[in-house]
Amino acid sequence: MKQGLFEVLKNKRLTDSVYEMTLAGDTSAITAPGQFVNIRLDGFYLRRPISVCDCEEGKLTIVYKTVGKGTEYLAAAKTGDKFDVLTGLGNGYDLALSGSSALLIGGGVGVPPLYLLAKRLISEGKSVKVILGFNTASEVFYEEEFKALGASVTVTTADGTKGVKGFVTAAMDCGCSYFYTCGPEPMLKAVYAASKTSGQFSFEERMGCGFGACMGCSCKTVTGYKRICKDGPVLRKEEILWQE
Amino acid sequence: MAGMKVNLCSLELDNPVIPASGTFGFGYEFAELYDINILGTFSFKGTTREPRFGNPTPRIAECTAGMINSVGLQNPGVDKVISEELPKLQKVFSKKVMANVSGFSVEDYAYTCEKLDKCPQVGWLEVNVSCPNVHGGGMSFGTSPESAAEVTKAVKQITTKPVIIKLSPNVTDIVSIAKACEEAGADGISLINTLLGMRIDLKTKKPVIAIVMGGFSGPAVFPVALRMVYQVSSAVNVPVIGMGGVSSAEDVIEMMLAGASAVEVGAANLVDPYACKNIIEALPEAMKKYGIDNLEDIIGGARNG
Repeated sequence: MKQGLFEVLKNKRLTDSVYEMTLAGDTSAITAPGQFVNIRLDGFYLRRPISVCDCEEGKLTIVYKTVGKGTEYLAAAKTGDKFDVLTGLGNGYDLALSGSSALLIGGGVGVPPLYLLAKRLISEGKSVKVILGFNTASEVFYEEEFKALGASVTVTTADGTKGVKGFVTAAMDCGCSYFYTCGPEPMLKAVYAASKTSGQFSFEERMGCGFGACMGCSCKTVTGYKRICKDGPVLRKEEILWQE
Repeated sequence: MAGMKVNLCSLELDNPVIPASGTFGFGYEFAELYDINILGTFSFKGTTREPRFGNPTPRIAECTAGMINSVGLQNPGVDKVISEELPKLQKVFSKKVMANVSGFSVEDYAYTCEKLDKCPQVGWLEVNVSCPNVHGGGMSFGTSPESAAEVTKAVKQITTKPVIIKLSPNVTDIVSIAKACEEAGADGISLINTLLGMRIDLKTKKPVIAIVMGGFSGPAVFPVALRMVYQVSSAVNVPVIGMGGVSSAEDVIEMMLAGASAVEVGAANLVDPYACKNIIEALPEAMKKYGIDNLEDIIGGARNG
């Protein structure tokens, strides 16, 4: 974990409520795809945890959805604005377990962390298939970005206005050796039930600190209690215990 | 930094800044960022007789100038704290640590305190009779003078180290409870624990916190905490540790003027992991600005004359 000042390079609207922000700053603490950053916003007490979408030396990209006043504040940020950011939070995805062909399944704002994952897997010479699930055509983002990396992309929409009609599970049967997923919990549960191989799931929870100190975001797993922010957000399929 | 030293129940602290229990874990997350030996000491994660997961999530809610938590004393239990956490802590923290203890019966408190009292690393026992997040115990001990005194007496009988009783602000008369603890043998009083609060999600129209309510802390509670520290320290003769919304060197000075011998910093650690380091580094400048040579000299200064 590192604390640093990041300067907004660009804050671009991708859909009605989804934005892509690139920031300049020290990214040396970010070691794996699936990690997140925690951003301090003036006038808000708690930081906002947001997954890393892309990262290179000195440059960080996040893609976020406006869901409340904090993210609306973030959406209004201009080029040159500066934010206090904690970086290198969470465990991230483990690439070593992927085998030769990986399936990446993202739903809504669960899509962004899969971008850096796809980039890294492809750079290791692995075949990557991506399913991007959305409610409707106007919400779709990053389809071209994934294609540009060399991934094979299937878009699903719940209302059938683009790509395959239905949920991400409608496109999961593809013979891949392993999967990685991130999205809303009902989607994660559906992926868990439909999956035939092992895989990794990225979870979301309301966090206090985001770095393991407050125990605000703990969950029960097969291997004991885990803090989503520190021991997660990525859990292996075998260790997940679904609540209730 | 001689001017920053304070005495807490016969043990000297290099400075009065103490991360509060539940906001600093067992120190390691922070030790990755800075040398935590600069702290006066710290109060480790509330420890109980048995391991606890705590409450269902969500157990965090944001508020204006603060936050609500309903963690509910998640901890590995006293045996694992002693066999696993304390040896790990020893590698990054060479000072005496404050052991924070919770329980669900008088026997629980006594059992856990007796075990921690035997650990050479432990300098003080901070007995939490005020956690708002546990049903069927916990806070109820801190809401009547009789039960708070009963816990104090039981712990004092079987321990050798200074016993500091941590009080709840969710009571009608905190002074009578503090006095009852002092009479029962408490070596110090710490206050305040969190204020019981809640938030409702306008989209779902349901409470944000899974168990509905939780403990509210952060800068918003500072004036309430300051007032209670003032009242309690005026009424007892044992040292008082002030806490509640402390976020700056100025807040530390204000707490000490109200009567605190040392000051705990809680929620601020969660928002800024460097909060305590920044406060300690800012103290000499703030002392100079307000003409303070020795922090010990200003304890309760707002009361005199």
